[in-house]
Amino acid sequence: MADFEPIIVAFCCHYCAYGAADLAGSMRLEYPPNIRVIRLPCTGKVTPILLLRAFEKGADGVYVAGCLEGDCHFIQGNLVAKPRVNYTRKLIQEVGLEPERLEMFNMSAAMGPRFAEVAREFTERIKTLGPSPLRKTHPTAKQEAA
Amino acid sequence: MVIGERKPFEEIVKMLNDHKKILVLGCGGCVTVCLTGGEDAVGLLSSQLRMFREKENNSLDITEKTIERQCDPEYIEQISDILGQIDGILSLACGAGVQFVAERYPGMPVYPALNTTFVGGSKKEGYYVERCQTCGDCKLFYTGGICPIARCSKSLLNGPCGGSTNGKCEIDPQVDCAWQLIIDRLKSLNLMERYEQIIEANDWRSSRDGGPRTMIREDFQR
Repeated sequence: MADFEPIIVAFCCHYCAYGAADLAGSMRLEYPPNIRVIRLPCTGKVTPILLLRAFEKGADGVYVAGCLEGDCHFIQGNLVAKPRVNYTRKLIQEVGLEPERLEMFNMSAAMGPRFAEVAREFTERIKTLGPSPLRKTHPTAKQEAA
Repeated sequence: MVIGERKPFEEIVKMLNDHKKILVLGCGGCVTVCLTGGEDAVGLLSSQLRMFREKENNSLDITEKTIERQCDPEYIEQISDILGQIDGILSLACGAGVQFVAERYPGMPVYPALNTTFVGGSKKEGYYVERCQTCGDCKLFYTGGICPIARCSKSLLNGPCGGSTNGKCEIDPQVDCAWQLIIDRLKSLNLMERYEQIIEANDWRSSRDGGPRTMIREDFQR
């Protein structure tokens, strides 16, 4: 398990977290390469099925990163996403996955260091939880090599 | 509309234990509106079922489809070409839809994924309340458009009872006393004389007491 490298999908809002990721890069901040960023026009675009699909395709962890509450570019997209993420946590729990594998974070485009911190913390969390039981059908390059 | 609520996931999983290839069939009617049986709900439940069975090393082949209505033979016909590829149907319709599909395809097991809960409407998005008990003898004229059968916990036709306190029902302080609502509304409409009329004992034969009901439009019979 020590060499387990999780696959993490991060659904990032174009107006904040995606900008923060860009800033983290410009600042030359290091964060784990396990994160696969998917840019969304707003976290209000997130639906439970989108999150479930990520798990179904073998993601070990998924997070949604939206604007700070009250700062959504589309006024309340992040407030729409929040209960949807919470609902999806229940859905993955029913399936037998730990709800901690899914989380929502809020940050502004100026928070590059926070983006890197979230990426590090979440990767650590998923490493502690271990691979998703659905991962076996989607082996990573590393597992294949092993 | 008919409101349905999804059954607990474990119950659905148990029903499908012996199946390998199923059709998860959504309904585009009431249950789509109340967010439990439409295309989205079909996608969610199918994804959950696939993941669960994959985890158990017992994969489940799922075909997803949503038809306009499951309580109408002409739409149910649309799944006839899928039947050869499946060994069971999980229906996300209300109880009526499940039964119509089962009647049409006698050799195919059809299971309900929802518990049909009540006839009601949406107070706001994702929040549904009961408004009608389909008793078959509408009294809304006398009661200012508020149904005492569906909304009074005792279905009293001449209320309120002694359990009404500050406009709330004794069964739960969150539940409005239907008769308080009726009186308030009749007062605001200046129609209190309707409240003075005693409503006679109901003839429950028009409700479920008369057995399963039918409604036939003669002009449509050939």
